[in-house]
Amino acid sequence: MRTAPDVLFKTLADPTRRAIFERLCRDGEQTVWMLTDDSGVSQPAVSKHLGVLKLAGLVRERREGRQTHYRAQPQGLKPLIDWMSLYGAFWRDRFDRLETLLNRMDQ
Amino acid sequence: MTKLAAATRSVVVEREMPHPPEKIWRALTQGPLVEEWLMKNDFQPVVGHRFNFRAEPMPRWNGVTDCEVLAIEPNKRLSYSWNASGEEAATGPKTVVTWTLTRTQGGTLVRTEQSGFRPEDERFYQGASYGWQRMVGNMEKVVAGLD
Repeated sequence: MRTAPDVLFKTLADPTRRAIFERLCRDGEQTVWMLTDDSGVSQPAVSKHLGVLKLAGLVRERREGRQTHYRAQPQGLKPLIDWMSLYGAFWRDRFDRLETLLNRMDQ
Repeated sequence: MTKLAAATRSVVVEREMPHPPEKIWRALTQGPLVEEWLMKNDFQPVVGHRFNFRAEPMPRWNGVTDCEVLAIEPNKRLSYSWNASGEEAATGPKTVVTWTLTRTQGGTLVRTEQSGFRPEDERFYQGASYGWQRMVGNMEKVVAGLD
């Protein structure tokens, strides 16, 4: 529970990696070369970012001949959603306490 | 490609409470009442007023939240910034908490939205996860809700 968000947040903290992930979500499956075009980042750098995204469970790869195709795995964002529900849980707990106080204010 | 802005995320919690908005407004805006259900504070219902929420310090978290009153509409809407403080101030999360009260037949719909979380707020998560989980009080319930 502790490690999953750490890896995911570190992965998404890099704006280039985030941009690659967003592009895969938006445009579907891409090769390294397609992702390198217009990115202003070198191909080895893009490959390295894809490796990190893959380790975090955000990207899947598929080999076809000499090409590797990458696609987004949005379900890899689950730890982030879980993290958000921790904050939701904080406020829900405060709502409970607010209601307890309101009931006491009646008396 | 690196220019894409980071999307921010919000937390929304809503609940209908069998009390009139005027009474809930008091609980949201009178410092000693706020302390009873949220945290120690020096809140004042004045736009521009800067204040803190103070919880017990935890390892890697000073327990202090920096806030400023952003908007007040009596019995309807209250909004304040909710930012990391101290060493965390520069890089930690900068969020906004907005309370909205809507009168209903049975009482009031209470809605709170905390907006502005970024993916890179991870450092704060690491430091604050102890504190938040402990403050939530019923830790088992929180942990169960995570999986």
